[in-house]
Amino acid sequence: MSRRQRWSGREARVDGAARTPGELAGARPGPAFEITVDGRALPALPGQTVAAALWAAGILAWRTTRAGGKPRGVFCGIGQCFDCLVTVNGVANRRACLVGVRPGDAIGTQEGEGRGELAV
Amino acid sequence: MVTESYDLVVVGAGPAGLAGAGAAGQLGLRVALLDMAERIGGQFYRQPAAALGATRPQALHHDWDAFVALRGRLAAGRVEHLGRHHVWAVERDGDGGRGGPGERPGGRRGDGEWVVHAVVGEDGGEGGEGGGEGRRAVRVRARAVLLATGAYERQLPFPGWTLPGVVGAGGAQAMLKGGLVRPGKRVVVAGSGPLLLAVASSLASAGVEVPAVIEASGYLGYARHPRALAANPRKLAEGLTHGAALLRHRIPLRTRSAVTEAYGSERVEAVTVSRLDARWRPVPGSGRRIACDALAVGHGLVPGIELATTLGCATRSTADNTLALRLSSTQETSVRGIWAAGEVGGVAGAQLACAEGELAALAIAARLTKPGPYAGPDPRRPSGLDPGRPARVGQLLSRRARLRAFAEAMAAAHAPGPGWTDWLSDDTEVCRCEEVTAGRIRAAVTDEGARDARTVKLFTRAGMGWCQGRMCGAAVSCLAGDGQPPAQRRPLAVPVTLGALAAEGPGCGQEPSRSQT
Ligand SMILES: Cc1cc2nc3c(=O)[nH]c(=O)nc-3n(C[C@H](O)[C@H](O)[C@H](O)COP(=O)(O)OP(=O)(O)OC[C@H]3O[C@@H](n4cnc5c(N)ncnc54)[C@H](O)[C@@H]3O)c2cc1C
Ligand code: FES
Repeated sequence: MSRRQRWSGREARVDGAARTPGELAGARPGPAFEITVDGRALPALPGQTVAAALWAAGILAWRTTRAGGKPRGVFCGIGQCFDCLVTVNGVANRRACLVGVRPGDAIGTQEGEGRGELAV
Repeated sequence: MVTESYDLVVVGAGPAGLAGAGAAGQLGLRVALLDMAERIGGQFYRQPAAALGATRPQALHHDWDAFVALRGRLAAGRVEHLGRHHVWAVERDGDGGRGGPGERPGGRRGDGEWVVHAVVGEDGGEGGEGGGEGRRAVRVRARAVLLATGAYERQLPFPGWTLPGVVGAGGAQAMLKGGLVRPGKRVVVAGSGPLLLAVASSLASAGVEVPAVIEASGYLGYARHPRALAANPRKLAEGLTHGAALLRHRIPLRTRSAVTEAYGSERVEAVTVSRLDARWRPVPGSGRRIACDALAVGHGLVPGIELATTLGCATRSTADNTLALRLSSTQETSVRGIWAAGEVGGVAGAQLACAEGELAALAIAARLTKPGPYAGPDPRRPSGLDPGRPARVGQLLSRRARLRAFAEAMAAAHAPGPGWTDWLSDDTEVCRCEEVTAGRIRAAVTDEGARDARTVKLFTRAGMGWCQGRMCGAAVSCLAGDGQPPAQRRPLAVPVTLGALAAEGPGCGQEPSRSQT
């Protein structure tokens, strides 16, 4: 097996700790594509969730709460807390930690009332 | 409308569900394995999405070989894996189901005893993929159901815990294993329980600087259970492996301490770590700041048992004040025909989950194939276990007993002390969804006479939001003084859109989709 691993074009160290999670797992994703977040273009990788693409871009918050208007993003990471709700291509209340990104997706931060039609 | 029928439906494709489904399939049962995630593995064996092209997924895992073996058994047993199926209810076929959505006119009867309801889609259906897929509702019929839905993290709030950059410890692990991303470059890991060590060592090996692991208990608690320790060399070795990883990465482990506040404007920039007394009260003046750009925090795990409690399955309290399912010696719940394995029966880790899943499969096969080759109770063994494979059954039973004992010791050692509520200020939000503060909850208790979490919820809306109290349940119960969250009976174990419910009406159910394992 090749001792060089690719992750976003960077070369890996194979001894000791990796520098990134992708390097650790020897990730060789397909070519990056573009998504937009509130109109701003961002790169994303095939296989990433919306939350992973945002984290990879250093974005941790993409929703504001209904009462206090406070910023929120991923908390539980496994689809249980609903803190990561986001608007994807105009559809509100999607869980960013579960939904995968696709080329051209328009991600919108979500303000206030996000309850939509959830029948909780 | 066609609804698929199976001998056994397994809900949850983590270690417990994988072991159960694989073994049952190999015993000749027709098995469907449902999970909300696309890929099998659950929390322990969470894998990166296929498209991320991980050439070394095993680098993120201990015990990858065991996973490869489990995967092989699924294939050998011809188990039908139905990914992206969010199960929202299990009900008895035809009787309207206690707490279930009720029988619909035109629903078919007689194929099996249970109906498992799910919505299909990445996040259970908010439009999804071009708007079509998200509304898909399916029903799957089964003669027996194995619930292996795992656990979620227990959170104990503290000032600043809603800041961006404060994430669940298991959540950070899940984002790392599944998405190959990290919340920051310098991440404090805090809370309580052995998961913290695993999270810190994963983060460090993925290039994250971990300035400290903060553990609220001491590890000395384990010493009170010498026999459980001595009987579990593999568990100890696991602990040592993580311990060695911490040493290698020079990560200090501070016990009897907690993060009692997180600071930052846009995101977390620092945390205060305070020493705790034996009751988990912060020692005044002991606070020390640590700079970081993220905090991964969690205080142990809580069994995810809503599907079972809605069916009326009995529960038991664990040594660390969570509710787990009460199970028979053959892993059956108090509701005949509903079995359970793994964390739902009490948090105990992946090895025990595997043993329990397999035991359940043996018992289910014995029940369903009666009066076939496995019939006839054997007085030397719990009734209902396959007497055709006594050696395997014996091995599994003793492994289960040994690992359960270890888990009880672990739960006792990491049980939250009652003094943790001292680190809440009145304006700390306790319920993240409904934005209800500790002060509001305390007022409901002291001024309005609320004595338990249910009443607090009615008075304040704490626990009524999207997460259905999963994040704040433990905290609200402590503040209300009843110590333990009540067993939940919910018509919907996962949020479902009104559209999906409507789509479930007569004649609209669809063939379950088959996705790849
Ligand atoms: C966030 C998190 C991260 C963890 N990380 C680790 C770790 O790195 N190392 C470690 O040793 N332990 C970890 N654990 C502990 C973990 O609980 C056990 O190690 C082990 O995975 C338990 O096995 P299980 O089969 O009982 O449950 P799980 O592995 O949790 O599997 C349960 C499965 O059920 C599915 N499910 C739940 N509810 C539904 C539903 N309603 N419909 C459909 N599917 C459903 C889930 O998607 C999941 O795949 C973690 C726990 C959590 C909560
Ligand atoms: S982070 Fe909790 S639901 Fe997405």
